Amino acid sequence: MSHGKEILSCEEMAGMITRMVFQILESVRSSGNFGIVGIKSGGAVLARRIADEIAKHSGKSPDVGYLDITLYRDDLAQTQIADFPLVQGTEIGFDVAGRHIILVDDVVFTGRTVRAALDALTDFGRPSKISLAALIDRGHRELPVQPDYVGKSVPTSLSECVQVNFRETAGADSVCIIKK
Amino acid sequence: MSYSRKDLTGMIDLTKDEILHLLDTAEKFREINHRDVKKVPTLKGKTIVNLFFENSTRTRTSFEIAGKRLSADTINFSASASSTAKGETLIDTVHNIEAMKTDIFVVRHAYSGAIKFIAENTNASVVNAGDGLNEHPTQSLLDMLTIKQHKGRLDGLNVAIIGDITHSRVARSNIWAMPRLGINLRLFGPKTMLPRCTSPFGVKVCNNMEEAVDGADVIMTLRIQRERQGKLLLPSVKEYARYFGLNAARLKLSNNAIVMHPGPINRGVEISSEIADCPQSVILPQVESGVAVRMAVLYTLGTGQRGGE
Amino acid sequence: MKTLLTNCKIVNYDKTITKNILIEDGIIKSLTDDTPTADKTYDLKGKMVLPGLIDMHVHFRDPGLEYKEDIISGSYAAAAGGVTAVCPMANTKPVNDNAFITKYMVDKGKELGVCDILPVGAVSKGMHSEELTEMGEMFAAGACAFSDDGKPVLGSDVMRRALEYVSGFGGMILSHSEDKQLAGEGVIHEGEVSAITGLRGIPSETEEIMIARDILLAKLTGGHVHICHISTRDAVDLVRWGKAKGIKVTCEVTPHHFTLTEKELLGYDTNCKMNPPLRTADDVLAMKEGLKDGTIDCIATDHAPHARDEKFQEFDLAPFGITGLQTMVPLTLNLVREGVINENDFARLCSYAPAQLLRQKGRGVIEEGVMADIAVIDPDKEYVFDAKLNKSKSTNSPFMGKTLKGLCVLTFKNGKEVYKADI
Repeated sequence: MSHGKEILSCEEMAGMITRMVFQILESVRSSGNFGIVGIKSGGAVLARRIADEIAKHSGKSPDVGYLDITLYRDDLAQTQIADFPLVQGTEIGFDVAGRHIILVDDVVFTGRTVRAALDALTDFGRPSKISLAALIDRGHRELPVQPDYVGKSVPTSLSECVQVNFRETAGADSVCIIKK
Repeated sequence: MSYSRKDLTGMIDLTKDEILHLLDTAEKFREINHRDVKKVPTLKGKTIVNLFFENSTRTRTSFEIAGKRLSADTINFSASASSTAKGETLIDTVHNIEAMKTDIFVVRHAYSGAIKFIAENTNASVVNAGDGLNEHPTQSLLDMLTIKQHKGRLDGLNVAIIGDITHSRVARSNIWAMPRLGINLRLFGPKTMLPRCTSPFGVKVCNNMEEAVDGADVIMTLRIQRERQGKLLLPSVKEYARYFGLNAARLKLSNNAIVMHPGPINRGVEISSEIADCPQSVILPQVESGVAVRMAVLYTLGTGQRGGE
Repeated sequence: MKTLLTNCKIVNYDKTITKNILIEDGIIKSLTDDTPTADKTYDLKGKMVLPGLIDMHVHFRDPGLEYKEDIISGSYAAAAGGVTAVCPMANTKPVNDNAFITKYMVDKGKELGVCDILPVGAVSKGMHSEELTEMGEMFAAGACAFSDDGKPVLGSDVMRRALEYVSGFGGMILSHSEDKQLAGEGVIHEGEVSAITGLRGIPSETEEIMIARDILLAKLTGGHVHICHISTRDAVDLVRWGKAKGIKVTCEVTPHHFTLTEKELLGYDTNCKMNPPLRTADDVLAMKEGLKDGTIDCIATDHAPHARDEKFQEFDLAPFGITGLQTMVPLTLNLVREGVINENDFARLCSYAPAQLLRQKGRGVIEEGVMADIAVIDPDKEYVFDAKLNKSKSTNSPFMGKTLKGLCVLTFKNGKEVYKADI
């Protein structure tokens, strides 16, 4: 795979995550009753990062869960059998009902993943509120979905692909744009 | 690692990767069954027909629950009482239902090879829910999922299957699948219930109960069905229990084995009541695994596109 | 009417010669090196010219089950296979257990004139293994032998009396050897493949037990028992033993039993379901050994047509049997090519020996003065056996769609051309 053009370095990425963490802390200060749910697989890594930083700044580890939205996708019927998304499994070890849930994904694009995640999440209970955090907003929305916390808005064309690399999975942090 | 077949007709021709794919997927589905809302929208709009040419309440229920938890429409069609009695051929029955635009057939049939025959003659996906003496692949998958759950692995385990091997589709599916995943399989049963020729199985056939359970990590006893097996295969259930039944003394010879049974159990025949209820018994977890496995199979066959529709 | 066949490589049971054959009024007038004038001349250079083949084991389903086959379609299938005389078994509907039905069959065959019908009468009335049929009357009406084929003669007492009775007028009993109870619900050979497929097995002993009984009953009675469609190694040994003892026992093998093994059943193909079932590779080898040393007297097809719908269902429900008339030539030629038998053995096994067993004078050999029943074979012709070539009403053959080598290209019945291959 080509590495494409790097648009965010390791340091820039860390700064953006920290900024998002402060925004999140600001908005949940009043209630304090919140949980973080990352959308697998990129959003799950990001959710863990955000939770760790929140713990660092507030001294309290928030509840973190991971959501696999494969079973809620609206494009399964268009998928070729050989490209079947592998079901990764959902791990939410806390009760979401009545809580403010911060839904986390690495990139927000068409909005379809977020829609699926909202369906999946509400099957676990009725949160009091759901907010959306995304590291990159690359535009091209197909559904009326807007993130509440954004690291960076990156204008892209449809022929491009945004790739977020995390040190946990890719060895080093970076964000690249790749031509298809 | 993926599974790209139209059907699941048997374990005999599945590769190790295909089996692992189905097991891994099933493992992920287990969680859904513990939610308050035990339903995901994945197969919304798909129609699954449980086509049972032979009675079976529990397998059919398990498939029905699996389908419903994936939001598919599941319909039960008990064919023995309707069309076949009117002289309609098997494939005509299948084509008639398929004409209503159904997506998956889950089929049980009294004759070996009948599911393969159906699969070759329909565009819909076909899942074998048991054909004659031949195969019962989802039972084999749920057996392996349960073993993995309780023993943490499959590779290198010693599994003993005890009972009527000749007439058991559960045994046959496991005989093909388990060694492929590194399980050391051994078989035991009365000579009347073991095939004369076991060389194609490539597994060990034991000479007595003690040899069969010695050092086993898993002991699976099969159901004795005297009404179906006829009176020539064994003289009495009392004698069967004595020489072929699993009891506490025999279980002690094993390597702290878990005890399995495809159900329904005959207490005091193939398995003593005490053992059926002991902590090592995973008979109910098997039933639970069954739903996850069937969800995984229906998900795998029910999503994606195929040609020829 | 004179017909001249030139450059004929004439293959008889005892020798091969090259001559021209002059046929006059349905009779072989002369085998000659000359080229006399004739109304019609065929140049058969490069072909094998055999006496018309005689298939002593077919099912023509006529009367009663004509949707599978009838005497007309069966006769054409026979002609296309180089076969000029057949013995249709008695399991028609109603059963051929009386002279009236025997005569019906013979006459229908004669009227068509493509293939001689030499019916096999039933041994027991209705094939119920209870009362003997009027074998004398059927014999007089044209029956050539007696059998309840399709079913075994269950009672040893019935078999004994049948053997005794027919020996009085020189007939023989064809034994469908099967211990029904031991066969149980079996549908294929009991062995590796039944263990793999979960299809119920028929042990070899099912056949062997009955063959042993019938050989011993032939010993008891002095009657002639002919074992139909032999298929196992030990069955051949039993016949070998009987012959060594001087017992009047003979036997036949089908082309599928010396060609195919149980492995064909791994795919649950109902066109490989027959009774006796396809056996093991060792059994196939034993068939070849039996053909080679003469223990097996002749080749017969057990041509058993079934409609497509009957075979297109669950394996257990599909009927036993496959068609065979048009595949006997290529499959037997395979044995010649393998060196198991030579071409004279081919003429003996498929023509001369059945004629001798059935006491048919003037058949089974090409010589001056006999009826001009002749099969012309192109031994090297490779072709796909397809629906166009198939003349039977049914297509239930595992060889359908397969490439075969060796084709009957021309068949003469009483000097008349009754078949000409158009490929």
